[in-house]
Amino acid sequence: MGVLDSKIPSGPLAEKWAKHKNEIDLVNPANKRNIDVIVVGTGLAGGSASATLAELGYNVKTFCYQDSPRRAHSIAAQGGVNAAKNYQGDGDSVYRLFYDTVKGGDYRSREANVYRLAEVSSNIIDQCVAQGVPFAREYGGLLDNRSFGGVLVSRTFYAKGQTGQQLLLGAYAAMNRQIQRGKIKSYTRHEMLDLVLVDGKARGIIARDLVTGEIERHAAHAVVLASGGYGNLFFLSTYCMGANVMAAWRAHKKGAFFANPCFTQIHPTCIPVSGDHQSKLTLMSESLRNDGRIWVPKRLEDAQAIREGKLKPTQLKEEDRDYYLERRYPAFGNLVPRDVASRAAKERCDAGHGVNKTGEAVYLDFEAAIMRYGKEKAYTSGIKDPDKETMRKLGKEIVAAKYGNLFQMYEKIVDENPYETPMMIYPAVHYTMGGLWVDYNLQTTIPGCYAAGEANFSDHGANRLGASALMQGLADGYFVLPYTIGDYLSDDIRTGPISTDTPEFDAAEEAVKDRITKLMSAKGENSVDYYHKKLGKIMWNKCGMSRNEKELKEAITEIAELRKDFWENVKVPGKPDDKNQELEKAGRVADFLELGELFAKDALQRNESCGGHFREEYQTPEGEALRDDKNFKYVAAWEYMGDPKDAKLHKEDLVYENIKVKTRSYK
Amino acid sequence: MKIYLKIWRQKDASSKGKIVDYTLDQVESDMSFLEMLDVLNEDLVAKGEEPVEFDHDCREGICGTCSLMINGQPHGPDRLITVCQLHMRSFNDGDTIVIEPFRAKAFPVIKDLIVDRSAFDRIQQAGGYISVNTSGNPVDANAIPIEKHIADKAMDAATCIGCGACVAACKNASAMLFTSAKVSQFALLPQGKVEAAERVENMVRQMDLEGFGNCTNTGACEVECPKGISLENIARMNREYLSAAVKG
Amino acid sequence: MSGLIKSSIARKAVMALSGLFLVIFLVLHVTINLASVISPEFFNEASHFMGYNPLVQFVMQPILIAGVIVHFVMGFVLELQNKAARGIGYVKYKGGANAPWVSRNMIYSGLVILAFLGLHFYDFWIHEMAYKYVEAKPEDSTRYYAETVEKFVPFWRTIIYVVSFLLLSLHLWHGFASSLQSMGVNNKYTPAIKSFTKLFAVVVPLAFAFIAIYHHLNPITH
Repeated sequence: MGVLDSKIPSGPLAEKWAKHKNEIDLVNPANKRNIDVIVVGTGLAGGSASATLAELGYNVKTFCYQDSPRRAHSIAAQGGVNAAKNYQGDGDSVYRLFYDTVKGGDYRSREANVYRLAEVSSNIIDQCVAQGVPFAREYGGLLDNRSFGGVLVSRTFYAKGQTGQQLLLGAYAAMNRQIQRGKIKSYTRHEMLDLVLVDGKARGIIARDLVTGEIERHAAHAVVLASGGYGNLFFLSTYCMGANVMAAWRAHKKGAFFANPCFTQIHPTCIPVSGDHQSKLTLMSESLRNDGRIWVPKRLEDAQAIREGKLKPTQLKEEDRDYYLERRYPAFGNLVPRDVASRAAKERCDAGHGVNKTGEAVYLDFEAAIMRYGKEKAYTSGIKDPDKETMRKLGKEIVAAKYGNLFQMYEKIVDENPYETPMMIYPAVHYTMGGLWVDYNLQTTIPGCYAAGEANFSDHGANRLGASALMQGLADGYFVLPYTIGDYLSDDIRTGPISTDTPEFDAAEEAVKDRITKLMSAKGENSVDYYHKKLGKIMWNKCGMSRNEKELKEAITEIAELRKDFWENVKVPGKPDDKNQELEKAGRVADFLELGELFAKDALQRNESCGGHFREEYQTPEGEALRDDKNFKYVAAWEYMGDPKDAKLHKEDLVYENIKVKTRSYK
Repeated sequence: MKIYLKIWRQKDASSKGKIVDYTLDQVESDMSFLEMLDVLNEDLVAKGEEPVEFDHDCREGICGTCSLMINGQPHGPDRLITVCQLHMRSFNDGDTIVIEPFRAKAFPVIKDLIVDRSAFDRIQQAGGYISVNTSGNPVDANAIPIEKHIADKAMDAATCIGCGACVAACKNASAMLFTSAKVSQFALLPQGKVEAAERVENMVRQMDLEGFGNCTNTGACEVECPKGISLENIARMNREYLSAAVKG
Repeated sequence: MSGLIKSSIARKAVMALSGLFLVIFLVLHVTINLASVISPEFFNEASHFMGYNPLVQFVMQPILIAGVIVHFVMGFVLELQNKAARGIGYVKYKGGANAPWVSRNMIYSGLVILAFLGLHFYDFWIHEMAYKYVEAKPEDSTRYYAETVEKFVPFWRTIIYVVSFLLLSLHLWHGFASSLQSMGVNNKYTPAIKSFTKLFAVVVPLAFAFIAIYHHLNPITH
């Protein structure tokens, strides 16, 4: 078993969670009042965990860098939340959701965790409805579902295109109730800068008040990190601007293993980069692929003419277009999973067929859908021989009803009308499956330090299915962590309050202050963004949608050099004891500059292609991912040893007892 | 294009602020408004000056963090969007743009264009929830059918992103649209009706304590709301409040 | 209860209810005034009834005056509170981009109406009080028409009246519908109700203005 003990309960898969809940130690209500828990991050996982922990009786302190817990980036999730309710009677079950998730993750996730996720998914919906989350309903008054992300059943619950927002506001409301009761103390505009260990256990954090710049000590019996993913490593992503890896990385440096850092999800349908000024990428819902056809010009000279603005896409004849997904994957066509669609787009653009001025965009064309819907509508309206214009007009109305808000959003950003000319899309970094290694109890390798939601690595393997991120965040926060943490805290009922007046806190605070001084005293020439953009370019070009040994090695060297340059030459204006956005960014980028290297190192050791990780050396003759289950069916958990290049690899073997491991095929 | 900026600069909450002029020569029309400010800040950092601090996060119009008064309108001249969704093509070469923080006594300035909107959090804490436990809720989600149009209305109210544009736009700095959106969402749903009277009284009391102004039904909030929250919600809150008060 | 009186919504309800009460009064007022154009005899009778009926004089009139006072005092209180709620003002504020002028300037239309009421009270109410109680003259049910027409002989007074009615119209244009919203009325009939309130806001002041101008143009020749 080695260093990594996943603590998976024994017994049949379907009974593990119930059995575990029966067996773990509980803390009696009177004692919970004497126990403090710190929760860092107030998204779906952190918000729901803190609400439930407080409700159970623990004293909770929450920390978020935003001005309100309600603004965490879970709010931006559009599509929906999966749950094995089988309300549609289409044969869904806990097992099927479990199976789809493991398969979708390309067999790189832990069976027992995923099964538990599927099992508690139904509770999420019950809970959220009771809380007043206004999910979409059918005319009969019951909850509506839609299908999502290429699975065969309709199990996705949604609230317009704002499901994440509604679920987060639900968790925020539950938090507010506990804040009002005095059970949660909410620290907003606060950033965790370090984790404090006492006798090897997580006993508190050092945080910076982002308004006053004051460095604060906060002690607790346990620390929960729910600080999200690290996709901003790429500079450009669909993440919010403030998303960062600081909390998780600090924990990593204090002994928490970081698992599968190279597993990143790159979403195929985002609005392409328009220029160097770009700060952020905007996602266009995956649902657009249900009706849009993806293509690039067949001939290179046409692609060039389009890039130069000499040719319009609508002028290109049908036979001059390459509908490459339909060509390569006749069975799934435009509906292949995210990782496959993203890679195919990159492949075409790399070959010179890209269609915007940067050469990094493909078309998502609704013309065929407009005409198809228009024809259907004309027939049902009694127009038997409709002309093209009538069909187009009617078709546009149907498409507007389905995707109107998305089309409008696109037009706002790109200034082109997608009803008249095909949309341009390109893949963008969207989610990170990797994260802090946790056991079945969601505890990291540091006792008393837990990780929930996107911050941990647990459930999505090498690729996440659509509408599963919300499910995991809430499952961890509402239904798993508040119980499993009791097992650990039951030993702490006699500990009494944790003091912040100890050598450990002194040392941690000292280190944090030193780091800030160091960041602010490097009087170089370059802004923080300069380094962040450079890092992003390295990551995107060499550790992005497809990777190879040579470039990964280059990336490792380049990132290490960039990091050195950063510490010598970064320019952080202002003062440390003041509101200082540049200083905030500098601290975050400093961590990304370390994680980036570990990321590349992880990608380099994984000599296979699986899910979001595609190694060019490991592909079939047709260019499909080639997984190596014999040698790489493990979780790569990295131990910090002083420098990213020295990180030590620990392997947790993945055992599949309930699922037959197969090759994914979408041909 | 060339853009002249007049930006409110204020060192901290206790300092006096003032408008400072900046000029940007290389603004592209494809830039978002916030990216234009990024460019300005890069310039300032290069010159060794402190960049302009402004609140922003998701940059896709949903988190409600960005909060700028642009040429006298919250979130700028376009409708149904937040500042982060505003693009420079809405402006012309040579334009002068005045950028100020959202103004309200209840939203004190923290620095430059950043204001403290924790008053909104406190209004929500006063009752913006349904008092159910999050652990182990045994009632099946489909046990309470809810008419579709009621659910849709609740959803419309629930889309509020808490940005504060309603307060910024209102000549009275009133927070009625924000508060009423939450009151409405729960008052419409059967789950929320149980404690509706208590909720509206508590939330309105907190709203008043925070020092927001009174609603005079000018409708500015509805027009400027990036999510199109309707005045109907304010009427509903008035109704809920008055009937709760009459019933005692 | 003290909490209720301090609450913003309750104060708005007080504004709305006193406003609606004044709207109803306007209907009564304009109806009787119109009679002065159509039938001087009926106008005299109605005026006499209003002037000497104890119920009108000692119950309704004080209520009306109280209504006016409450409406104005509360209006000022709210205005001051609302000004304070902004704190530091904007350097640039484009109120016209999102709300009509009338809705943003109720205090000014209100102040003009208040000033007008001063004149109006001086012209009619003070005169009546003096006639009935100070000079204690005998009842004369035929004097009202002539006295009224007499008032509109001076051009300046007619102009002041007409301008005030214009401001009254603006005040009603926003205020009538606004009072309903404040009382929580906003439903599928609202567009229709709003059209009605706007029609009202035009027709009633127009009728008042018409009466003033009519009497100015048709003085009683002796």
